[in-house]
Amino acid sequence: MANVLVFAEVRAGDLRKVALEAVTAGRQLADLSGGGSVHAVLAGDAGISAKAGALAEYGADSVLVLEHAGFAQYNPEALAATLADKLGGGTYGFAVFSATAQGRDLSPRVAAKLGSGLAPDLTGFTVEGGNVVGQHFNMNGKTIATLTLTGTPAVLSVRPAAFQPVANAKPLATESITSAKDPSASRVKVVELKQGNTGKIDLNDAPVIVAGGRGLKAPEHFKLCDDLADAFGNAAVGATRAVTDEGWRPHSDQIGQTGRNVSPNLYIAVGISGAIQHLAGMRTSKTIVAINKDKDAPIFKIADYGIVGDVFEVMPALTDAVKQARAQG
Amino acid sequence: MKIAVCIKRVPVMETKFAIAADGTRVDEAGLKYDVNDFDLWAIEAGLQLKEKNGNAGEVVAICLGPDAAQEQIRKALAMGADRGVLLQAPTVPADGLAIARALAAELKDGGYDLVLMGRIAIDSMNQMTGPMVAELLDLPCVTNVCKLEISGATGRAERQLEGAAEVVEFPLPALLTIDDGLNKERLPSLKGIMAAKKKPLEVKPAQLGDIKVSVTKMTLPPERAAGRILGDSAAAVPELVRLLQTEAKVL
Repeated sequence: MANVLVFAEVRAGDLRKVALEAVTAGRQLADLSGGGSVHAVLAGDAGISAKAGALAEYGADSVLVLEHAGFAQYNPEALAATLADKLGGGTYGFAVFSATAQGRDLSPRVAAKLGSGLAPDLTGFTVEGGNVVGQHFNMNGKTIATLTLTGTPAVLSVRPAAFQPVANAKPLATESITSAKDPSASRVKVVELKQGNTGKIDLNDAPVIVAGGRGLKAPEHFKLCDDLADAFGNAAVGATRAVTDEGWRPHSDQIGQTGRNVSPNLYIAVGISGAIQHLAGMRTSKTIVAINKDKDAPIFKIADYGIVGDVFEVMPALTDAVKQARAQG
Repeated sequence: MKIAVCIKRVPVMETKFAIAADGTRVDEAGLKYDVNDFDLWAIEAGLQLKEKNGNAGEVVAICLGPDAAQEQIRKALAMGADRGVLLQAPTVPADGLAIARALAAELKDGGYDLVLMGRIAIDSMNQMTGPMVAELLDLPCVTNVCKLEISGATGRAERQLEGAAEVVEFPLPALLTIDDGLNKERLPSLKGIMAAKKKPLEVKPAQLGDIKVSVTKMTLPPERAAGRILGDSAAAVPELVRLLQTEAKVL
């Protein structure tokens, strides 16, 4: 039996979906270890405590609320000190983070402070003899390593979308905590958060991704992808490295080896040849559709369904058909 | 300005991996190696900062790895780094904290203004060494840097998030991990390659310490079943939509 501390990620004053995934993973971990408690840490500016309810709904027995103006932006130094302080007290067997830009910044700091092992970006795990044994993609996504993590507390992070949030309501119990380090004394200061696609669904949260490549020929033709994404209603638009290097789309939309790793339910590759670097970032998608005029494009080797055709002809037809299907469904 | 760049020797990924007989690693037979992409951008960032500073100071390439990793250090030297250090470890452990400990021991008394490394190593995909080293050395740390300005003893960087970016200010000395988009690495010139042969490269054992994370099994992901080509025009769209609804159940 081991208690689990979960870090619940917040952006711009709101919980991210990955926070609910982390709580779900934490709940599974506690249950697998023979039933411990799950405590979620929720840090933010004044008013953040209002978000605690969602964490209880997904299985947090207690929400530790760190409410202070110094946490209005991500404050890695004060957060790492506070989390290490909690984890070092002997209460917890495991700590769970999201394997996001924030979680992958914070979890190593905490592990290093504790002298703990860190198993990153897990897609699944079991507990064997009290140790976490988890699966982690490596070799650029081409192999799966099973990692065994020893020592207490053990720190791990879970890959976005690998653990879908499972409702498991607990009575809301909150506890107010204070920072182990003066949050205004941090040397590294986040002075601004630049939101990319405000109001749009993020690539890691989207069940459907429409991604465009060089086959779209010009930046304005990305409208074909935007239109199809709008027709789905729950889709985000991504791009290949060739396209972001050209400046057609922002760098943060790049999917592949050096960009984002995504695994949506449906991935539609539009005018993408399927360079190995791109496939590395999306090959774990559940269903892959490829539309490309070159029948020899490597993308067709991993696509479930392919149309060898002109994207400028196929995309408007597909957008209309999806609109109709959703109107009827 | 004194800059350390930590680099890693990684397999070239454009290959079909096989699992070694012991089932816990990839078969190394026939693999080619290079400097991890993200570390090339860290080297480039270091060289550009030194050049902006009137070429004062030095850029030191530090690599933890097997003897063969001298080849990757020579590449950094050929790009323009001044000297290299190999922290010798016959195999690189899966435990990022052990790696960080060995790097921190080397960096500790080096008097570096900046320590740079790639955001992630594409072989282990651990993405943890940078912040761990920073923590062990009590250095300010900014990860995923895609824009960078250093002026005097302070820096301003943009760090890439999922669909957003943070603007971060920090004092030097500091540790930064470099993301895609900050720069494009230079190719070593013939002159650089010749000069690299004469630059100092120190070899010493890595001080790894306790190992708490190990790879107990390595597998290849299940192959995707061969897909179906539904047609060569918009006429295939109704069939695609039908399959997405009835077979894949994603619409």
